[in-house]
Amino acid sequence: MADFPLIFEKSKPGRLGAPPPVCDVPGQPLTDLLPRDLIREPAALPELGELEVVRHFTNLSHRNYGIDTGFYPLGSCTMKYNPRVNEAAAANPSFTGVHPMQPVETVQGCLRVVHDLQSWMAEITGFSTATMQPPAGASGELLCLLMIRAYHESRGEAEQRRVVLVPDSAHGTNPASAARAGYRVESIKTDAKGLTDIEDLKAHLSENVAAMMLTNPSTLGLFEENIVEVCELLHSCGAQVFCDGANMNAMVGVTRPGDHGFDCMHLNLHKTFSTPHGGGGPGCGCVAVKAHLEPFLPTPVVAKEGDAYKLEWDRESSVGRVHAFFGNFLMNVRAWAYVRAYGREGLPEIARHAVLNANYVQARIRSEFPPAFDRHCMHECVLTAKPLREFGVRALDVSKRLIDYGFHPPTNYFPLIVPEALMIEPTETETKETLDAFCDVMLRIAQEAKENPEVLHSAPHNATVGRLDEAYAAKTLDVKWNRNPGSPVEVG
Amino acid sequence: MNVPADLKYTKTHEWVKFDGDVATIGITDYAQSELGDIVYVDLPEPGRVLNQGDSFGTVESVKTVSDVYAPVSGEVAEVNGELEASSELMNTDPYGRGWLVKIRFEGTPSELMDAEAYKESLKG
Repeated sequence: MADFPLIFEKSKPGRLGAPPPVCDVPGQPLTDLLPRDLIREPAALPELGELEVVRHFTNLSHRNYGIDTGFYPLGSCTMKYNPRVNEAAAANPSFTGVHPMQPVETVQGCLRVVHDLQSWMAEITGFSTATMQPPAGASGELLCLLMIRAYHESRGEAEQRRVVLVPDSAHGTNPASAARAGYRVESIKTDAKGLTDIEDLKAHLSENVAAMMLTNPSTLGLFEENIVEVCELLHSCGAQVFCDGANMNAMVGVTRPGDHGFDCMHLNLHKTFSTPHGGGGPGCGCVAVKAHLEPFLPTPVVAKEGDAYKLEWDRESSVGRVHAFFGNFLMNVRAWAYVRAYGREGLPEIARHAVLNANYVQARIRSEFPPAFDRHCMHECVLTAKPLREFGVRALDVSKRLIDYGFHPPTNYFPLIVPEALMIEPTETETKETLDAFCDVMLRIAQEAKENPEVLHSAPHNATVGRLDEAYAAKTLDVKWNRNPGSPVEVG
Repeated sequence: MNVPADLKYTKTHEWVKFDGDVATIGITDYAQSELGDIVYVDLPEPGRVLNQGDSFGTVESVKTVSDVYAPVSGEVAEVNGELEASSELMNTDPYGRGWLVKIRFEGTPSELMDAEAYKESLKG
């Protein structure tokens, strides 16, 4: 982006915004205050006037695309609108001003928020209790596997149970979490209806299986109709079943994974419960468990005694901490506000509208982009751009062309088992007018693919940057500014 | 889609060329076209003993990471070191300079397809 210099490149020595006040105590050289080996060369921070800085970041922000600027149907990510009132609640100084090491008597309100959410999340998902400590979804997955291992250890079976089963449609984090926890991953096939292949599952069952990790609805946007049988099969050989709650938006308030037979699950608060997706954090990967896994929850557990909230540290079977203090507490405040705003009657409407919107999009554009599995979908539809292959057009070209029309592309090429996949998750927060505008554009792009494929190959035309050389970027990653051009970038 | 007649193929889109007791293995034109631009390949050390069907490495593209599976049983005799710096050879020349490994094979490999059968399998 040669037209957009870095703030470092705009720097002029001596330029500044507001001058700091003159120091009213005698100055001392740094070398008198710090050991020499702790003193590094000057940081060479950029020096600019206030207006220059404001313009720099304001102009950068105009290049951003988010839910506040347009429709964002990125499948599997639940990019829904998060009401501003959640932010107002989280910005309350009564929450932002506390310290995690304050005596518990002085933070009873904060502990109540955590405790309320623990019981609400357990009630919504059909489990005994929950912990808000994991800072992200994958962290929640790992915690569940650590608790499952501790459970098998408590029964003397940890050594024999070395295998975790994962469907071939799973999010990549599932096999990664299992491998991280030291398990061997075995993949289970998807059947012709897009569901877990029961026969293939049976063939993999043995006393060596520790657990199965299953997303429901699956990443194909389909509800696992045989979920009760799947859980019973796993339990019959002594294994545990973890539910990846990435797609809870399709079920919230309507049906509960705990009732389906799962032993534990994680929830991405940033998906279903309206906390910001942020730039990779901070998040909350709440974990809910059945009673038999409760002893292994991470400490401290927030508990209630009479009217008072307390922290329980004394849990000898706990797997220990998975994050400092209480996780990312302010995410809890946002989710608390969201759940209270919807209430028992409102929460099911989230799922119903999310499912309705996805099916509407699928029905409107299926003539050009057929569903990978020809059934009603849940909160997202997985379509394929395969029919456009004969015109030399691929899913990636369709996605890039959508940018020209002002829409964020859907997830493409995932799940891996669907060729030319386009995974569209409209969420419940979009109007029919927005969905129609998107569907109209998708149909128009399909027309363009047949009449003028070149316009798709060269898209996007109206974005700040055009088609990126992803292979070059992956091989030659260079994200660090080099203050001395021509010399190698310092690493560290 | 280029499917050379003199090679054998697997369901998982590897090709095999037999020459005496050495089998040269790569991924097919179809596989490279589905993967997209390949940016990294992880190959085994020479000397490693593989059973038919074992994963012997991974191929990473801008879209995904895929395992590659041994179409024959035997010992890895040689790996294509050129791919470390030039993984794009798997895209540009999948049946030539983009080969992955050579295996000194044992026994008779089962379930390999000829070019016609592989072409047919791609139509599904």
